[in-house]
Amino acid sequence: MWDYTDKVKEHFFNPKNSGVLEGADGVGDVGAISCGDALRLMIKVDKETDVITHAKFQTFGCGSAIASSSALTEMIIGKTIDEAMNITNQDIADFLGGLPPEKMHCSVMGYEALRAAVANYKGEEWADDHEEGALVCKCFGVDEGMIERAIRGNHLTTVEQITHYTKAGGGCSTCAEAIEDVLTKTNKLMVEEGVLAASEAFDPTNAIRRSAKPNQPKVSPLAPTTNHGGAPAKLTTLQKIKLIEQAIEEIRPFLQADGGDCQLVDVEGETVYVQLSGSCVGCQMASVTLNGVQEKLVEKLGFLVRVVPVKNH
Amino acid sequence: MRPVYLDNNATTRVDPEVVQAMLPFFTEQFGNASSMHAFGAAVGDAMRTARKQVQELIGAEFDHEIIFTSGGTESDNSAILSALETQVGRDEIITTMVEHPGILSLCDHLAKTRGITVHKIGVDSMGRLDIEAYRKALGPKTAIVSMMWANNETGTLFPVDLLAELAHEAGALFHTDAVQAVGKIAIDIKSTEIDMLSLSGHKLHAPKGIGALYVRKGVRFRPMIRGGHQERGRRAGTENVPAVIGLGKASELALKHMADEQTRVKALRDRLEKGLLQQVGNSFVTGDPTNRLPNTCNIAFEYIEGEAILLLLNKAGIAASSGSACTSGSLEPSHVLRAMKVPYTAAHGAIRFSFCRDNGEADVDQVLEAVPAIIAKLRELSPFWQGADKAPAVFNPTFA
Repeated sequence: MWDYTDKVKEHFFNPKNSGVLEGADGVGDVGAISCGDALRLMIKVDKETDVITHAKFQTFGCGSAIASSSALTEMIIGKTIDEAMNITNQDIADFLGGLPPEKMHCSVMGYEALRAAVANYKGEEWADDHEEGALVCKCFGVDEGMIERAIRGNHLTTVEQITHYTKAGGGCSTCAEAIEDVLTKTNKLMVEEGVLAASEAFDPTNAIRRSAKPNQPKVSPLAPTTNHGGAPAKLTTLQKIKLIEQAIEEIRPFLQADGGDCQLVDVEGETVYVQLSGSCVGCQMASVTLNGVQEKLVEKLGFLVRVVPVKNH
Repeated sequence: MRPVYLDNNATTRVDPEVVQAMLPFFTEQFGNASSMHAFGAAVGDAMRTARKQVQELIGAEFDHEIIFTSGGTESDNSAILSALETQVGRDEIITTMVEHPGILSLCDHLAKTRGITVHKIGVDSMGRLDIEAYRKALGPKTAIVSMMWANNETGTLFPVDLLAELAHEAGALFHTDAVQAVGKIAIDIKSTEIDMLSLSGHKLHAPKGIGALYVRKGVRFRPMIRGGHQERGRRAGTENVPAVIGLGKASELALKHMADEQTRVKALRDRLEKGLLQQVGNSFVTGDPTNRLPNTCNIAFEYIEGEAILLLLNKAGIAASSGSACTSGSLEPSHVLRAMKVPYTAAHGAIRFSFCRDNGEADVDQVLEAVPAIIAKLRELSPFWQGADKAPAVFNPTFA
């Protein structure tokens, strides 16, 4: 059973603005019956002010698809076309108090339907930029082509990196094997083309390197070398904080790419307090993000720490 | 609201009599059956009784042909892997396109990692196996054939007696995943040529996490789990004694209620089916109408999507499922309905109602009361629905 918020249930059980809008100025159709969801968005626009005066929808799909459609119409009515076009799929999900990661594509469908309807209103061609490639990650609707492009464009060689760049594998993670397959294939081609060193390419036969970052020592060279009897070196608090700050710096670009951010607040023994901000706040994937931060820290420090988010005030 | 549970192919309520039978084995008779003292001996006796009860339910010739496992999936995996080990020189598997993931995922994995050739035999629009294709796939390289007895989604029964004979003609072993059949239809395994059979406790009012693999006496077997000598060295690990006792008791009760399943439960299912078809246009029943489990009704409502139906059913207190519960994390429509070439317009809107002996007429009344309005509401929302008089029936197999 999906964990739907009360807001999702409300918009599913009592959808707003459903049905056919007679005399619509713009109609956007996205999805297909074969995919299991399809949405038709119909809008009426005041020609003088460019304000969307009416919006109605018809949806074939699951509970969250219907709720996302209903939410979208509520969000765009009364807005100008330009204002409405600023709405992101995350805004739709936020409006509903969040969607399960596997259902985020429903909000994407709403986002696309609005673009299709506006294009139709303006008399433009709207092209569905989603290729009909096989979906690898169903949670985030990432297909093979997108993963390939990310690998080639950024010289990715681990599954973790692919998750960071495309979100593929960041939800239920059942597609981990499928991502490995794409990675193996693409890296192999890159080596053949001479754009990637064979020693750096992902090696599916090496079980240990699968989860470790290549060419990176497990413990940062910043760790003191005064190592008594082979036991893990004890870091001073200052050294620890420096390492933690370094790790967070390495992660921030990924978070910022998604409109989020992360800052170190405090360190208490083995507990690291961080503050997530921007779009990370309230994001369904915040816990995945925290796991990523924690993994990075453990890798840097060489021992287990717990990452705890601090609430915004 | 009165809850109506019609998802018994997903799992069943543990029968209170089964719970009673299990309870002493937690705190009183807690011994290890392998131990050389009174605590162990009492447990050993109880396990023998349980094994006999399972033996009787499936009509096995010997009680030692029953190996207790953790459930259907373990039994399936054990059967296939054992056959590949014992059938030296044979490296092909024949199965069907409509099997449970317990078989299909393993086969895909074996094809990928071990280069095993897997033949998946298709079905017709009523879910009946393409026997000709099966005959052609059989050959001197076939190690094992694994074909389900009853389909979990549609309830369609395969003629496993005949399928096993054909496998033996080619020198192949025959395994059947009978997880949905055991307890719902009478089975007499000794009168067939079936070599191995998987069954699962929680589908027949026993707890989850217990099942069994039947291995006919004389069939060579290699364990999947190695360790101690439990289950005659065929499945290592200390036995889950309370669950074994529960499965035994549940088997005894299933035999006792078998006639009820064939008559009263079947009548409930038939009444629901007829009522829904009469009240809701553009709907049809999937599966083989003449050869089906007595408890299962899989009905496709065109132009709407299953999860939305389930959510509204749930609000009306009714528990059913859409396709296989095992695939509910996936966004693909049911692989079973796709194999039957049920069009997408209907496959997405297929709902399975599955009954058991706990159900009564009031349950059917409640569903018949709720469903027409739910379907109408969702069709009003659907961009593909043009109104009852305009919507063409995209798929209409003749069904009485």
